[in-house]
Amino acid sequence: MRDVSPDKLKAVLMLLPSIILIALFVYGFIANTFWISLTDWGGVAALAETPVKNFVGLQNYAELFTGFLGGGFRQDLVNAVYYSVMLLVGAIGLGVFIAILLDCKPKGEDIFRTIFLYPMALSFIVTGTIWRWMLAPQGGVNLLPTFVGGNPLTFRWLTSMQAIWEFNWQNLFLIALYGLAVGMILIGFGTFRKNPARAGKRWLLPGVLAGLLTWLGGDLLPQALFMEETHGFNLAALGIILATIWQYSGYTMALYLAGFTGISQDLRDAAMLDGASDIRYYRHVALPMVKPITISAVIILSHISLKMFDLIFAMTGPDNAETGHPALTMYLTTFRANDFAKGAAIAIVLFMVAATFIIPYLVSNYRQKGSR
Amino acid sequence: MKKPYFNMLVVLGLTMLLLLPVTTTWAKDLSGDLEIFSWWAGDEGPALEALITLYKARHPNVNVINATVTGGSGVNAKAVLKTRMLGGEPPDSFQVHAGQELIGTWVKADRMEDLTFLFKAQGWDKAFPEGLVKLIGTDKGIWSVPVNIHRSNVCWYVPANLKKWGVSAPKSWDDFFAIAPKLKEKGVVPLALAQNWTANHLWESVALASMGPDNWDALWAGKLAFDSPAGVQAWELFGKVLEFTNDDASSLSWQQATDMVVDGRAAFNIMGDWAAGYLSTTKKLAPGSGFNWGASPGTDGMFIFLADSFGLPKGAPQRDNAIAWLALLGSREGSDAFNPLKGSISARTDSDLSKYNDYGKSAAADFGKDRIAGSLAHGVTANEGFMNDFAAIMEMFLKTKNAQATAKATQQIAVKNGIGK
Repeated sequence: MRDVSPDKLKAVLMLLPSIILIALFVYGFIANTFWISLTDWGGVAALAETPVKNFVGLQNYAELFTGFLGGGFRQDLVNAVYYSVMLLVGAIGLGVFIAILLDCKPKGEDIFRTIFLYPMALSFIVTGTIWRWMLAPQGGVNLLPTFVGGNPLTFRWLTSMQAIWEFNWQNLFLIALYGLAVGMILIGFGTFRKNPARAGKRWLLPGVLAGLLTWLGGDLLPQALFMEETHGFNLAALGIILATIWQYSGYTMALYLAGFTGISQDLRDAAMLDGASDIRYYRHVALPMVKPITISAVIILSHISLKMFDLIFAMTGPDNAETGHPALTMYLTTFRANDFAKGAAIAIVLFMVAATFIIPYLVSNYRQKGSR
Repeated sequence: MKKPYFNMLVVLGLTMLLLLPVTTTWAKDLSGDLEIFSWWAGDEGPALEALITLYKARHPNVNVINATVTGGSGVNAKAVLKTRMLGGEPPDSFQVHAGQELIGTWVKADRMEDLTFLFKAQGWDKAFPEGLVKLIGTDKGIWSVPVNIHRSNVCWYVPANLKKWGVSAPKSWDDFFAIAPKLKEKGVVPLALAQNWTANHLWESVALASMGPDNWDALWAGKLAFDSPAGVQAWELFGKVLEFTNDDASSLSWQQATDMVVDGRAAFNIMGDWAAGYLSTTKKLAPGSGFNWGASPGTDGMFIFLADSFGLPKGAPQRDNAIAWLALLGSREGSDAFNPLKGSISARTDSDLSKYNDYGKSAAADFGKDRIAGSLAHGVTANEGFMNDFAAIMEMFLKTKNAQATAKATQQIAVKNGIGK
């Protein structure tokens, strides 16, 4: 046996309690939830002292994705995707914009910084209640044009029944393949300048091929559902996205501002000396330098978009399919309908979606450490 | 020789003293804790307090723990209760909507004690209407003590406004469809509606009017399919009614929808009779003249009821204290202390009507003679699984307005949730 230094032993002993607790209360319970999602725990005797749980395999998942009554969940999932994308674009875009403005050191910069960061200090419930009032049909935001002599808006921020960008869930596989093809082609173009041969072989050609094959043989693909079911972006979700962006753009601003301040003034001076305008400085020098910040902002914000429960609960309540979210459906399915197995299945799906964000990040982190 | 005599007398006297209160008011010597779990906070808090005060007067040695979890119609409280029950830590007695919400969740899971013995001992089988006892029990027993009765199918309006517009309160939905276009022309919303659950609430009034009480009962007994012609007709009628509601409904609370009637922006509102308390207490309108009411169109002589009740969970830590609590709830004294404050009526047929306001008196009179039907939106007729799925079905209908497809989907969730089994 090799010598174990007392230092190492102490470290292990110190870490052991938290390792055990995390293993039990985080990973143990994830495993337990997964197990429950494979059973049929639910229905009338769900709350018996020793409830009957029969193993049913992936039936709960199949019902959620292809069942007649899973339509609500599928719309929620589509909503969650739109929430994530729009929150990322909105909060990072606005955050960067404000950070750049403040980085130019206007008068009273510190006051503005506090003002913009402040919404983050509020809880989602408070934000939700305030914005629900602001977005009420006959008040708040809709009255803004009247201050400049216009007619009040009539848009139903939270209750609109309109949907755009609709697609048929039956064509899910088709859309996924097209998305893949477009993604590969885009990556190919993006890396073309760096390494044309590799970009062509690895991304462009397979991308074009995949697109062509999907176009030609798309009819042969199985349909994801036995009936037509359209899902799209519900305009009612705009109100919720607006409130989230309001709350989190200040936070991304703070992240970027910290990054920008960390860039040495010499670099900026050098860029200016070379004749770079402010815009070109941020585009080609500052933003590439704060790439790690962009990555962490994306990860944090996408997680927030998956945990939007309280905001939606406060703004549109529990039974509003237009603005639904898997997290909300999971709670209602579990604790209102007593359908514990299906609730667990929804939780696992959410967990998987979150994992798709976090795992690539972890992998790239390990690689960086390895190469060092 | 005198001393033992004297001693014996003292001992005898003391035992008599001890025995006397026990035999007359048997519960005086209850002690320990009593934890009651409810969602009655805020506006409803004082009514619960009145009951607790009464309980303390009867059993001064019991320490009452009032565990409330706030949130309308128990959204949060029910989740907390479930985690407590699953964790093996039941409260002594908890609030629950009487009917299938209790039976489907707790009785079928074998977590409740049968209260038939208490009903017999207290003579409640005669004090409560027979139809009510049937709806809160199963063939295996009676599972909770109803504390109050609310009516769901009430149509509210302001008489002065109706006069101004030249219409009268509709007796049937055909009457309503005759006057609704007139109201619309005047820029008045014929029927004010609020967020999702009030649509479920409206649906039960419309469906009962459409299919009649016999079909309604058959529906929940599993003898009539939801996608039968009668079921589809109910959805069709509901769709027609929705055409005359406000389009910003889902962003309003029920109070805001009632406000529309008060402000003269809407003509009618169908809401449970908690609206009476809101209109008279908060809005300071006089019952009968400031605001008036009738059964919702087409449901005259029918009473859709919902009730809050308390049950006795198996394994209650202080069972005797809980039984004393339940005995108080069902007593005339208890229910007449609670209900005038809560704005509901007593489930008993012999309550002291002088303690109630005008609305309460009229509701109590109707409750005594009307055909009693159970409420869907408030947990009497269907279990929680069905109610949860029905909320999703309602969302689907509000969007598609397709009666046929919605009726089919409703039948599917009825099968899935074992309605009538």
